[in-house]
Amino acid sequence: MRNIFLFIGRYANLLLFVLLQAVSIYLIVSYSKYHEAAFGTVANRVTGSINKKVNGVEYYFKLKTTNDSLLVANEQLYNELQKKDPTNDLVTLEKRDTVTIDSVVKYQTIQYFGAKVVANSVASQNNYVVLSGPAVKNFAPQMAVVDVNNSVVGKITEVSGNYAVVMSLLHKDSRISGRLFKTGETGTLTWDGKEPNILTLTGISKSVVVKVGDTIITSGFSTAFPAGLKIGKVSAIIKESETGNFRIMVKSDCNFYNLQYGYAIQNKEKDIIDQLINKQKTIE
Amino acid sequence: MSLLVKTILRFIIFIFLQVFVLDNVLLHQLVTPYLYFLFIIWLPFRTSRALLMLAAFVLGFTLDSFHHQPGFHTAACVLLAYLRPFLVSIFIPQKGGEANFESPSAKSMGGFIPYMTFVAVLTVFHHSWLFFLEAWQFGGFWYFIVKTFTSTLLSLVLILITEIIVVRKEKFLTNTV
Repeated sequence: MRNIFLFIGRYANLLLFVLLQAVSIYLIVSYSKYHEAAFGTVANRVTGSINKKVNGVEYYFKLKTTNDSLLVANEQLYNELQKKDPTNDLVTLEKRDTVTIDSVVKYQTIQYFGAKVVANSVASQNNYVVLSGPAVKNFAPQMAVVDVNNSVVGKITEVSGNYAVVMSLLHKDSRISGRLFKTGETGTLTWDGKEPNILTLTGISKSVVVKVGDTIITSGFSTAFPAGLKIGKVSAIIKESETGNFRIMVKSDCNFYNLQYGYAIQNKEKDIIDQLINKQKTIE
Repeated sequence: MSLLVKTILRFIIFIFLQVFVLDNVLLHQLVTPYLYFLFIIWLPFRTSRALLMLAAFVLGFTLDSFHHQPGFHTAACVLLAYLRPFLVSIFIPQKGGEANFESPSAKSMGGFIPYMTFVAVLTVFHHSWLFFLEAWQFGGFWYFIVKTFTSTLLSLVLILITEIIVVRKEKFLTNTV
């Protein structure tokens, strides 16, 4: 026994070093569990509140670009409104609002919740966006997040208190299903970690006609992302020699360098769909 | 200002500088400057090794919390803290010279060149362990090589500038070894 204590006393520093390294490597390997752990939640709240304070200052310097993007978003919404109902104009809106809204709410399956972006990174290999605001209480992990122009930002990974952490598309583990708007082919969108705003679409066969500038939208195959959200535009097409597929570089519509607001999308039918899938799984 | 208050202030300043200034420097995806670990290098000589490693653990964990991916900086900082006493004894010109001054600096290490060599060696160890772990998780061999090389160069330039700008008072404590 005495020898053991002597050994520990002699190599205490080395043992502490090995222990701390082991803790760090355990954290790296099990980082998804970290988000569930209590200290992860506390750390998230503390960094969230500090980020919010700093963003309060930073926000003023980006007001101009934020305003411009809101203007574009508004313009798009007005055009949509006009397309849906050409007789609709702002003057006559009062006459017919109650009927329409009531019948829409009943069948509305997705709902948007707005929140302020308080932290955002693009320089790392795994980038996250932090959202804050009163609507965060409606957020849940796995919900989709879009920017003011309705283009995809990412998926919520963690919600604690007033803060929600979003795994942005610029993350090594981010995989979402994308569809070519023109032809309807679907593939998988990932990020190679090289350049922010440039994503990779794989799984599109070489027989498909793709041109630079084509739009990529969400396929709607997952319960998180509703179909038809903008993801980006084709910027380059590379023919893979080893497979029969294209590797398509996509420039994201969402500008990750300047992100000030985000909307989380709640799919009200998600629970029903998930239940059905789980039921199917148990049968199998 | 007491040593404890000074250390806590330094901790906060270094973390803020790293998170809100340096992490937003977008030169290239493979170039990220780091400066925050200078906090560990500036800790006093008489800090015990265990305390040095624990302080490094807290520093790394704080930075990792801001990045939402735990472990990487924690591991790199603990390695740096573990190696610091070895390197001090190698680079200090006079045996037992640690007792004469408060903390590692150009004055206590016998000139600017030995001190910067000491810092450079620690930076290389910190960066290579950090990017080795990152490459293990999501990169490759070239990611590790290129990122370690470029980021070390940039970090060293930043440290050099910091050392010139920030004047730390280094009193000669005693000449009894």
